[in-house]
Amino acid sequence: MSVSLPPAASSAPISSPDAGLNPVQALALSPVTMRTGRSFGRYWQHVWRMMAKDLRIELRAKEIIVVMVAFSALAVIIFGLAFDLRVPRPTMVVPGVLWGVLLFSGILGLNRSFSAELDHQTLTALLLAPIDRSVLYLGKFLANLLFMVIMAAILLPMLLFIFDVNLFQFWILLALLLGIIGYVGVGTLFAALTATIRARESMLPILLLPVMVPVFMAGIKITEQVLDGRNWANFQNWFGMLVAFDLIFLTVAFLVFDLIWEDV
Amino acid sequence: MSTSTLTATTTSATRQRSNHIGWLILSTLTMLAMGALMGAALLYAKPATNLAGTEQIAQRIFYLHIGSVVGAFIAFLLSLIGSIVYLIKRDLDWDRVTQASVEVGIILGASTTLAGAIWSKPTWNTYWTWDPRITTTTITLLLYIAYLLFRNGIDNRQTRARFSSIYALFAFLSVPLTYYSARWFRSIHPIVFNGANPDAQGSFNIGATMLQTLWVATLAYCLLFSTLLIFRWRQLRLQDRIEALREELE
Repeated sequence: MSVSLPPAASSAPISSPDAGLNPVQALALSPVTMRTGRSFGRYWQHVWRMMAKDLRIELRAKEIIVVMVAFSALAVIIFGLAFDLRVPRPTMVVPGVLWGVLLFSGILGLNRSFSAELDHQTLTALLLAPIDRSVLYLGKFLANLLFMVIMAAILLPMLLFIFDVNLFQFWILLALLLGIIGYVGVGTLFAALTATIRARESMLPILLLPVMVPVFMAGIKITEQVLDGRNWANFQNWFGMLVAFDLIFLTVAFLVFDLIWEDV
Repeated sequence: MSTSTLTATTTSATRQRSNHIGWLILSTLTMLAMGALMGAALLYAKPATNLAGTEQIAQRIFYLHIGSVVGAFIAFLLSLIGSIVYLIKRDLDWDRVTQASVEVGIILGASTTLAGAIWSKPTWNTYWTWDPRITTTTITLLLYIAYLLFRNGIDNRQTRARFSSIYALFAFLSVPLTYYSARWFRSIHPIVFNGANPDAQGSFNIGATMLQTLWVATLAYCLLFSTLLIFRWRQLRLQDRIEALREELE
């Protein structure tokens, strides 16, 4: 099963099953069938395989999680040095440190997500595979989600050691999960957008961070309020914000994803 | 030269001339409207009665502040429309609409922020505060500056149009969410229309002359926006044509 094409052939347009319709029109005609084909189970099987492929690569090469964890450890120590002697109570800065480190180190993993495919020249093979492009998106999304969750699971004990603040509380963990879902959902799409352009590594944070502001604010506020001992009524708005963000952006990302690969 | 090409050249020349006249009229109108706005804002509008001293004088920047924010809002809305229509129709003209309106929107948005900062120094005693509207405007500007940077990094013209349209869609969608999250933080920004903010500082009641000036401001800034948009759009179009001709020659 070798699907390696010479680079020149990859510039040929890839014909879609709905010839004569551009993807937006095809999407408007049959949004679900166009994506999943006839069988829903098969679709998820493909998604699962796409994710398993990324996980297997990560298990063998260890180039994403290790880098993210190393960077976040470094960032926590730097913030620890910067704030520890300057603020009266560490709980005042820990929410900001948690979410800031999460956003910045997540970029490192997202950057690798598609550029690794490009470096190994496997992107063409992925695009030639007889699957819908949204499978590619969802598979990458789930893999990145897992990487980020693992990173967060290592980040929290680090914050406990350096700042002596216990963040293992139900609402904080839930906020982290929802925040990471939104972050990775948008981040995976933007990683695909920036994978083929010049200066891709520096472009991703510039595109992604301003869009993530609502998640960042919601995350900080929830963490802050939970650490201050407030109850659900005080921060339920913010959970609404996180859920709304996740739903809106995941849906849009899922819908527009295959517009990216029209002429690779 | 055959007759048909000659007629074609003549008609295109005529069209070009009438276009030039149209642009001349539009630019003149814009200049007059902006001049009228300055006169109305500085002289015609009565000063706010409940404010005094520098605060009262600074209040007059309000007309430019509102005018430019209206212009910026229209610009970003048009950029959303441009990007959606481009993704559906794949007509590069709409991509140029998006780019031109984003550029004009950034200028107007930046002048909104600047005017606000100049006003807030005498009123709030600081140039900058984490007020929802200020935060949202700034984040929006950053989003659209990122849009322009992103465009520059893509060489293929069609890819550039498609990728940046997708990004413009995401950028616009995130603005209301940013606004509401910023709003749930503390706010001291006056809400002049429909609604009261009990913690607001520097608020005032709108009088008749103030309202008239405000309408002049809205009109003037809409004209300014349209003029800048049309000129920039035309420039982008010519730029693409030169690019195409250059490729043909090579």
